[in-house]
Amino acid sequence: MLIFAIRRLLQAIPILLGVSLVVFGLVHIVPGNPIDMLMPPEASPEVIAQMKAAFGFDKPLYIQYTLWLWRALHGNFGLSVFNATPVWGQLVEALQNTFVLAILGAALGFSMGIFCGMVSALYHGRWPDKLFSAIATIGVSLPHYWCAIVLVLLCAVLHDWLPAQGMGDDSLPLYDRLQYLVLPVVTLSLIPMGVIGRLVRATVLDILGQDFVGALSAKGLTRWPVIRHIAKNAAPPILALMGLQFGYLLGGSILVETVFNWPGSGNLLNLAIFRRDIPVLQATILVLATFFVLLNLLVDIAQAAIDPRIRR
Amino acid sequence: MSDITLQTQLVSRAEAPAAPPPGYWKSVGQRLLRDKTTMAVSLLLAAILFITLGAPLVTHYDPYVGSVLTRLKPIGTPGHWLGTDETGRDLWTRLCYGGRLSLLAAILPVTISLIVGGFLGILAGYAGGWTGTLIMRTMDVFYAFPSILLAIAICGLLGNGLSNSIIALAVVFIPPMVRVSETVTTQARNLDFVEAARASGTTTLQIIRYHVLANVLGPIMVYATSLISVSIILSAGLSFLGLGVTPPQAEWGLMLNSLRQAIYVQPYVAALPGLMIFVTSMCFNLMSDGVRGAMDVRLNK
Amino acid sequence: MSAALELDPRDRGGPAQPLLVVENLKKHFPVRGGLLNRQVATVQAVDDVSFSVRKGETLGIVGESGCGKSTTARLLMRLMEPDAGSVIFDGDPVGDRHGITVNDMRRQMQMVFQDSYSSLNPRMTMAESIAYAPRMHGLGRKSAYDRAENLLSRVGLNPRQYARRYPHELSGGQRQRVNIARALALEPRMVILDEAVAALDKSVEAQVLNLLSDLKQSLNLTYLFISHDLNVVEYMSDRVMVMYLGRVVEAGPVESIYRHPRHPYTRALFASKPTLDPDRRTTEMPLTGDPPNPINPPSGCRFRTRCAFAQPRCAATTPPLAAPFEAAAPTHVVACHIPEAQVYHA
Repeated sequence: MLIFAIRRLLQAIPILLGVSLVVFGLVHIVPGNPIDMLMPPEASPEVIAQMKAAFGFDKPLYIQYTLWLWRALHGNFGLSVFNATPVWGQLVEALQNTFVLAILGAALGFSMGIFCGMVSALYHGRWPDKLFSAIATIGVSLPHYWCAIVLVLLCAVLHDWLPAQGMGDDSLPLYDRLQYLVLPVVTLSLIPMGVIGRLVRATVLDILGQDFVGALSAKGLTRWPVIRHIAKNAAPPILALMGLQFGYLLGGSILVETVFNWPGSGNLLNLAIFRRDIPVLQATILVLATFFVLLNLLVDIAQAAIDPRIRR
Repeated sequence: MSDITLQTQLVSRAEAPAAPPPGYWKSVGQRLLRDKTTMAVSLLLAAILFITLGAPLVTHYDPYVGSVLTRLKPIGTPGHWLGTDETGRDLWTRLCYGGRLSLLAAILPVTISLIVGGFLGILAGYAGGWTGTLIMRTMDVFYAFPSILLAIAICGLLGNGLSNSIIALAVVFIPPMVRVSETVTTQARNLDFVEAARASGTTTLQIIRYHVLANVLGPIMVYATSLISVSIILSAGLSFLGLGVTPPQAEWGLMLNSLRQAIYVQPYVAALPGLMIFVTSMCFNLMSDGVRGAMDVRLNK
Repeated sequence: MSAALELDPRDRGGPAQPLLVVENLKKHFPVRGGLLNRQVATVQAVDDVSFSVRKGETLGIVGESGCGKSTTARLLMRLMEPDAGSVIFDGDPVGDRHGITVNDMRRQMQMVFQDSYSSLNPRMTMAESIAYAPRMHGLGRKSAYDRAENLLSRVGLNPRQYARRYPHELSGGQRQRVNIARALALEPRMVILDEAVAALDKSVEAQVLNLLSDLKQSLNLTYLFISHDLNVVEYMSDRVMVMYLGRVVEAGPVESIYRHPRHPYTRALFASKPTLDPDRRTTEMPLTGDPPNPINPPSGCRFRTRCAFAQPRCAATTPPLAAPFEAAAPTHVVACHIPEAQVYHA
């Protein structure tokens, strides 16, 4: 088990290196220098050269990469080209806001998905199954940014139930600030719900069809122990999907954050793109992708801890 | 006994002249025709295709010309049955024409990734060894990015525009495509009938063509269809963020974004482009489910 | 039979030359593990195996699962590259500059696999599967399908009924008949049957075995019959070879092996064979324990860890195959150091 964890950890290192290379390389497949894009066309060559030197864009690429990576490992992503504040500070703040949304959205979406999937499987072929299957299909093909707009339409435009945008002032009482969370969290929770529900249904049906469940019932075990056995066997694949989906929520919140004007990492990324703020852009993508890799790593190890067959 | 005697003996035992057996795809088609959901969804998709490609036939307005006098009319306005947008252009017309770019921006990336990713995946799966490892490890790196994030990053850096959004989505879809094709190819490759074909002394290319491709292309195509469903949402999402198609072009994601500003004036009109994205995406999703079911020889006879 | 042999234009060496000669065939698989996935051990799946098959005979190979029977078959068909050793088909070294190519050999030697379902392409009808190889070798579409239908009726399946069926529509026995027809489609001289009847029901198994015997007679085939079922091997074979952990421990004519097994392993194997005949009941000790791990097998004689007669020399040197009772059974060879161990206690 320990050997598996260590080996899996070692495998993550080249992937993370590759990720950093891609993030760094992305900026440089674009023709021209990041500074050229940023500076007004009438800027004098001296000023441009000065700026390049200041941001380190005058050195050869591999030196730039090594320097960038070395600093990034120490949490130093330099200064924002747009407003010259440290990137790291901006990013930490934005990530906190994103995590609040992603964790709540995941918690809500996963529990709804698991519930729907379990009920569908236990009522296989009857009306709850058909209803939840339809909901799952809709959930999978729902453009969540549209869903966000529809929710705003319903709850903020047609009725004045909930605030439509922003995350509220710090000065507001907790209850009022929680109201700002409701719509974004509900929207985000719809992303994983359908996928998780489908997988739970398929996995549970598969396990119900296997011999050992029949054997357990035949042994006279009542409902609960049987369900515990099912849960134990269904957990690994569902866990894996949850890890992936949580990663998507982190990275994919950009559209939802845009609609709700939520000051998270997605919003930061969006702003960085339109401001051509390369350091912020690189840092945001690198940190989110690193989270994603580490998340998958954790899921793999957790899976192996539950199911010894996965350890190889 | 020689070849010749074997031949004559065999011929004498023949009972009926051999008619070539019916193709596998024909029976899949027959099964699809009997599936009500898939047929309904296909009809709906055909209708969407008709109003988008044949837009001039179903509307006489120009999608780019509006009038300040008819700004933001509600649904049911005479002459503009779906209302008008923020510059007074007929929304039905915009939706019809907008589907062209939306479908193009969604289907083209999947096609590119199908060709590139399918090739790489089959190569990795059949060749294995160093080639396979190299391809798969490279894909693992791209897999480390959540798909939307990667698409936004590429698109954001390349600059907005239709072609950049297509490139970005193709890059995003290639890794999962490679993974799926590698998995099915590895499975097919290790089956006894591929071994049997090798044992019958046929060449690698013949084996790939008759045994591997036949068993691998189906699942890959089904996966590609389900990817179109994702691609429609993602490509419209890029436009929604202002990273894809640029104004004044008509595209569902872009329309959704610009009408969003008018949500307090004409709430229902603002939601319409999103509905189109949703319905089209769901149609492709259900169709891929239907095709997958029809292609499974073992399930239905 | 010999008259027919001479008629075959592909017969090069005449009836006296063995159809297949295998010399010192070897295949070791690396075992990877540990933190860095380095090679930590080897599985000696097939180690220094030599034998020959005469024209028109059936050679049976028996042994427990994991003894290298199937690996040997795959090595012969070159579905795997051997690490060492040579295969000579009717006098021509296979894959050698002076011999025949692997593909030429495959036209004359075909194989039937154990799993009747997975060895048929699920997307192809029976006729397509059978016609595939002849078509790829240049036979026209029409003639290939004609041949497929003829072969179907030869293996006892009405082509009108079965030619257009898919594998999942047939029973296991029917599929295995199709597999046999497919193996015959290139008109081979030799067929390797790798556990070809192992997955079938007993009654179906008997039918397929009879079919194989008939086909062998009428088409003048040579069989390499691999099975773990001692009764089936006795029924089918002219000669038998016993394998243990990748090596040949005993080989000889079927009556001699079944009536007077010499190697302690063979005797133990036969003792575990269920029999209803009270006269054939043996006092032999049945085999105990599992076969040793094929990773790092015992030195010297590989059976010594389970052998009641084992002596120090069994661990020191590997016993060669020899014919200890030359006068009585000159072709019956055994790989055992200990003469007392080979005395048959009737």
